[in-house]
Amino acid sequence: MSSRPATVRVAAGQGFWGDWMEAPYRQVTGGPVDYLMLDYLAEVTMSILQKQKSRDPSLGYATDFVTQVERILPIVVERGIRVTANAGGVNPRACAAAVADVARKLGLRGKLKIGVVTGDDLLDRLDGLVARGHQLANMDTGRPLRDVRDRVLSANAYLGAAPVVDALERGAQVVITGRVTDTGLTLGPLMHAFGWARDAWDLIAAGTVAGHIIECGAQASGGNCLRDWESVPDLANVGYPIVEAQADGTFELIKHPRTGGRIDVPAVTEQLVYEMGDPREYITPDGIADFTTIQLAHVAKDRVRVSGVRGKPATDKLKVSIAYFYGYKAVGTLVYAWPDALKKAQAADRVLRQRLDDLGLKFEAILTEFVGASATHGALALADVDGGGSEIPEVQLRIGVRAADKKPVDRFTREIAPLILNGPPSVTGFAGGRPKPEEIVAYWPALIDRTVVQPTIEIVEA
Amino acid sequence: MKRQRGRSRRQTTKAAVARSRTVRLVHIAHARSGDKGDTANIGLIALRPEDYPLLVKQVTAARVAKHFKGIIKGPVERFELPNLNALNFLLHGALDGGGTMSLKTDAQGKVFSTALLRMEIEVGR
Repeated sequence: MSSRPATVRVAAGQGFWGDWMEAPYRQVTGGPVDYLMLDYLAEVTMSILQKQKSRDPSLGYATDFVTQVERILPIVVERGIRVTANAGGVNPRACAAAVADVARKLGLRGKLKIGVVTGDDLLDRLDGLVARGHQLANMDTGRPLRDVRDRVLSANAYLGAAPVVDALERGAQVVITGRVTDTGLTLGPLMHAFGWARDAWDLIAAGTVAGHIIECGAQASGGNCLRDWESVPDLANVGYPIVEAQADGTFELIKHPRTGGRIDVPAVTEQLVYEMGDPREYITPDGIADFTTIQLAHVAKDRVRVSGVRGKPATDKLKVSIAYFYGYKAVGTLVYAWPDALKKAQAADRVLRQRLDDLGLKFEAILTEFVGASATHGALALADVDGGGSEIPEVQLRIGVRAADKKPVDRFTREIAPLILNGPPSVTGFAGGRPKPEEIVAYWPALIDRTVVQPTIEIVEA
Repeated sequence: MKRQRGRSRRQTTKAAVARSRTVRLVHIAHARSGDKGDTANIGLIALRPEDYPLLVKQVTAARVAKHFKGIIKGPVERFELPNLNALNFLLHGALDGGGTMSLKTDAQGKVFSTALLRMEIEVGR
């Protein structure tokens, strides 16, 4: 690239798989943007996708992405907007093929280059890696992977911005990746557009902070914002956040004109601290950002400037997200009404637990919550309930069990409904029927030497 | 009995009452929480920068651990972000295993934020 832009706009269009279907379209039509960033992958998403792929080899990616692309592709191509998305899940090639099909259907044959980033998927390499001494020990518990090896469903290294940059350099207009970090989808475009070096640690950190702020979509522009929440305007029409960055790493958070929501220092701060660990070391594959160096300033209505971000070199490890089959769980609910709703729900819980006990059912965990009284704040909330809860209009008894075997969980699901006729009174709310046992896919975070993971970029022409 | 708000029952001497009063954190701070595995994080942010030192002094890791006693199973860590007038807390063993494993309504720790804001601290009159 010969000339560099003065500013680059990266717009967030999805904060998770299941986010607002309207957002990507609004981001590419509401005002000028250079890049659209779409984040689909949460910790457990990869295992769900792996399961889908094992049933049908043409699946295993975020299908919402293809639906959204169909709507925006003509605009994106016409305006030269480039898209980065980790929608590829465990099957980025199939996702790219689906997008290419959509492009041809829209009459864009020969007009779209799709970059496909792979190399994150370690599932087929696990035994070889373990044999060569890569323990893949659980970062939280220290246990070696061999404890659960036969139950592993997916294993993906987190790739960073580098392969996204490579795909953009090769002319991809839409970059589809597997397990690329949420932040890498924003940092990649900035590195590419401004020509930032891969060891320019402060710039890398700045782009990472930008990515962190917009990776949860509207959570940075007034959505789920606690501070003065009632005064956040027009959430029905909320504008998703946009990073307007400069080559020196400073950037401003904005949203399109005539949209709802709010971008101010408190809203951005709430998102900065979201899912934070040690703020001095926000570790990504691209580098380490020090969140204690971030300076925020409100420069205009719905415009917050971010500056001063300092970074440190990347570590020699990559995080690996491993999912494995753990067991089963089920959750059943019943609703108890005034008077003494809470006492009735508590009595029902005692009856149910005694019956489970009498049946000799063994669970790893049984958890009872009283929704409407103490489900979210526990004893902290109960201390504030007047008169011991006798006046609470209604309480939902919510009881869940977890076990390695399906059998006790299945038996548990048959013990909820009988309480309607043979337990405490004033009970309702069983319209949903008997709860279904669910398979538990658990998460196993690990580290691996960076050198064993090689990202690959392919370009697919529509 | 309705609990009396905005005044601590622990205050015994008239002099102490004259010097300070207790308020819930919700009146001087806002917060957002989330998860990493079985750990919940709570970012606590002063509504006014001048109240940040109050948070640093009184909302200690030990105090937060006591606040969540019986609700979390592990220790509490605290980090300071003076640049954002914020504290970050990590509450370990907070989510019944976390993620898909958890049986909790709040399996991802989304409302630990407001649970912390129930805490009472002392402020100047």
